[in-house]
Amino acid sequence: MNAVNSIPISYYLMFCSMLFSIGVIGVLIKRNALMILMSIELMINSINLLLAAFSAYSNDPAGQIFVFFIMVVAAAEVAIGLAIIVLIYKTTHSIDIDVLNKLKW
Amino acid sequence: MFTNYIFYFLSALALYSGVMVLLSKKPIHSVLYLTLTFFAIGGHYILLNAQFLAIVHIIVYAGAIMVLFLFTVMLLNLNKEERSPKPIWVKALAIIAGVMLGLVLIGVFRGYDLHLVQHPMETQIGLVKELGRILYRDYMLPFEVSSILFLTAMVGAVLLGKKEQI
Repeated sequence: MNAVNSIPISYYLMFCSMLFSIGVIGVLIKRNALMILMSIELMINSINLLLAAFSAYSNDPAGQIFVFFIMVVAAAEVAIGLAIIVLIYKTTHSIDIDVLNKLKW
Repeated sequence: MFTNYIFYFLSALALYSGVMVLLSKKPIHSVLYLTLTFFAIGGHYILLNAQFLAIVHIIVYAGAIMVLFLFTVMLLNLNKEERSPKPIWVKALAIIAGVMLGLVLIGVFRGYDLHLVQHPMETQIGLVKELGRILYRDYMLPFEVSSILFLTAMVGAVLLGKKEQI
């Protein structure tokens, strides 16, 4: 059972494009900082899957190593991002991103 | 043929739960739907015979990152609806822009095929043995640098989460 033989790479491209667009829509319509972070995770995952798919189709392990490093960076990013969200909640008692407009003007 | 059905099923599951992440009112439901999406993508990795990535993906995302999200939602008692959602025209414009982006990407990629010299019949590159050998031989320095990155992230998270003022 291997997807490489029976499924064209364009299916993976289209599926990952749709998942990426869902992530973009989430970043645009949500006001909750936690939801925005989750949408970013969705986008990172679609890119990861695409890298792994191209790596498997072209029989080159470097792509999968790169996915591994992206996962490392994503884990670090989530840890720092959630710490910052907790800090924002402590200071403003809200995690709406519209509250954070001190640097806007 | 069987593989195709699994592919369609996993893709539909991932897209459905991805949409439900955005449609759920409560953040905790969004987190649970996001976990479902991650499991579907883990299934995709297994389908690609990338077993190492599948295991790492489940451990890191469904195991670590989702627990962090759940802890944050419960710690801050955020499990209520958004107080002031964006105006409806902003949402409509955002959805139109996102759907346009998706359509453009799909239109570009439709019918694309990777023209390889030899098509791999049975890929073995995703197994732990192969990837481990390459990771520790060719990518030794990035691997060690990523451990320093993790240490930095840990110190930063502890520093940000401290009680007293910095």
